[in-house]
Amino acid sequence: MPLIFTLASRNLFHDRVRFVATVVGIVFSIVLVAVQLGLFLGFERMITTMIDHSQADLWIAPAQTKSFESTSMLDGRERFQALAVEGVTAAVPVMIGFAYWRKSDGSAAPVFLIGVEPGGLQPWDLAEGSLEDLSAPGAVAVDRSYFERLGVARIGDIAEIRDQKARVAVVTRGVRSFTTTPYVFTTIDRARDYMGASPNKATYFIVRIAPGASAAGVRRELTARLSDAEVLTSDEFRRRSRSFWLFGTGAGAALFASAVLGTIVGTVIVAQTLYSSTKDHLNEFATLRAIGSSRNYIYRVILWQALLSAIIGFSIAAGISWALVAATRDTALPIVMTPGLTVGLFALTLFMCALSAISAITVVTRIDPAMVFTR
Amino acid sequence: MTQPVIEAMDIVRILGEGAWRVEALRGINLSLRGGQLTLLMGPSGSGKTTLLSVLGCILSPTQGTVRVLGRATTGARPEELAELRRRHVGFIFQSYHLFPTLTAVENVRLVLDVRGERSRRARAKADAALAAVGLSHKTRSFPRELSGGEQQRVAIARAIVGDASAILADEPTGALDSENGHAIMTVLAGIAKDPSRAVFVVTHDPRILPFADRIVRIEDGRIVGEERAGIEPARAQSANHLG
Repeated sequence: MPLIFTLASRNLFHDRVRFVATVVGIVFSIVLVAVQLGLFLGFERMITTMIDHSQADLWIAPAQTKSFESTSMLDGRERFQALAVEGVTAAVPVMIGFAYWRKSDGSAAPVFLIGVEPGGLQPWDLAEGSLEDLSAPGAVAVDRSYFERLGVARIGDIAEIRDQKARVAVVTRGVRSFTTTPYVFTTIDRARDYMGASPNKATYFIVRIAPGASAAGVRRELTARLSDAEVLTSDEFRRRSRSFWLFGTGAGAALFASAVLGTIVGTVIVAQTLYSSTKDHLNEFATLRAIGSSRNYIYRVILWQALLSAIIGFSIAAGISWALVAATRDTALPIVMTPGLTVGLFALTLFMCALSAISAITVVTRIDPAMVFTR
Repeated sequence: MTQPVIEAMDIVRILGEGAWRVEALRGINLSLRGGQLTLLMGPSGSGKTTLLSVLGCILSPTQGTVRVLGRATTGARPEELAELRRRHVGFIFQSYHLFPTLTAVENVRLVLDVRGERSRRARAKADAALAAVGLSHKTRSFPRELSGGEQQRVAIARAIVGDASAILADEPTGALDSENGHAIMTVLAGIAKDPSRAVFVVTHDPRILPFADRIVRIEDGRIVGEERAGIEPARAQSANHLG
């Protein structure tokens, strides 16, 4: 092992209390940043989950739509106008809106209704029942995690929406809403009934394009024909939804602010401990200088210490973060850890520790080797 | 006579400023030659350690010139002075200044490591240096596991491992009992037998006088006398040019 690394590691581990304080500072900081950014990613995914699962080529949406949860409606003729455009093979309606789910005990809970039609958006991750079961009278699909909230326990349990029967026919697993209001899937016609909407009305039309057709050309044509609606690609719709929920509501800014705060706190803690460690080893650094070491050699000792702290702190923080990811996997707002985020967090840890080393390096820059004769 | 390893000419060194200004060295001329063990003696505050620092390129003189193996250090930048120390000067300190977290052999290797010597040969040199001071059985011991005398011998091994031309020691026996002090001086006197090495020891310990080839006395920043083994003492008037 290189001697400079031996010196750095032994300096670091020599004072165990300070070493533990340094590692705790890094772990605290990185876990905080990981949780905030993981929540941000989780939030981001949850926001676009319906758009992601629709696999639409294009969306026809009411003008000024801010997110998927916007409940303005199209009057229905857009479907036929879309189908008249060359290259469009289908325009499948989606109906969304809030409603009250009246339980068998008479109490009510708000739900987010999603009216679907085959070939368009469909419930996914089915735990019980099949998509065909939704065509039965009063059939709805709900997620198992909402059973308690909705006052149901199994397939076949009954509730009411707008004085009409709703029977649990399909159960999904992990199809959750970030708004905490349970999703309830049903057919488009039944959704219209539950919301009191006129026939043909829809919130969106999912447009499918023929293989080989130009999406840009179809979009141009649709935009020209639909004066009261917008035509969006899935990417645009995702961006718009994210922008509304993450930044329009301030939720994303709050998560980012916490992540920045975590980075600052971690940097200060590591800087403080590295600084005091360097002060404690000042005599040794002066001795190094007296025996002729270059400043770079001493900087490398300090940077090795910072790097070691970073690796150890990050390893522990990553373990804790992955445990949190596992613990929140089935919650309304899971923490998401991607390989990119993991690499980014490691880079952040290295950056934080290198930045922290500057305070220690400032101390040794001013070191006077003559002090070895006075101590 | 051999070329001086370190040569100091008309050295003046002022420490502090304003009311705290002290002229620590006042026109020192001194040459250290290979094969000689020179003792510098004087009362506290006479400028012994300041002179050692100037000769070892740790402090730059306010006036005058220091030459290390013929190379003048005037105007040298701190990194150039560090390079000179790294290549040509070995230090021994009163309080040893060993690294408590490194073993004896690692402490010795450190001098080679800062020079970029990290090969197996460097490890062998460190082992040999410890063997030269009689510590081949303690190479893996940490300083806390060594006696004061052993720690000072590790410090000597560290000073000699890089084949430094000048070994400068600041009160090397100051913290040791007479037996250990005698052992340390025996080692230093042995090193000084090498004609390519000059050993310079700052001390006020009269017990080590018998080991000296030459004794230089300093008072109030001036050299006031010199004695050589077997030769009558020189007095203050000859102190301007000692070599």
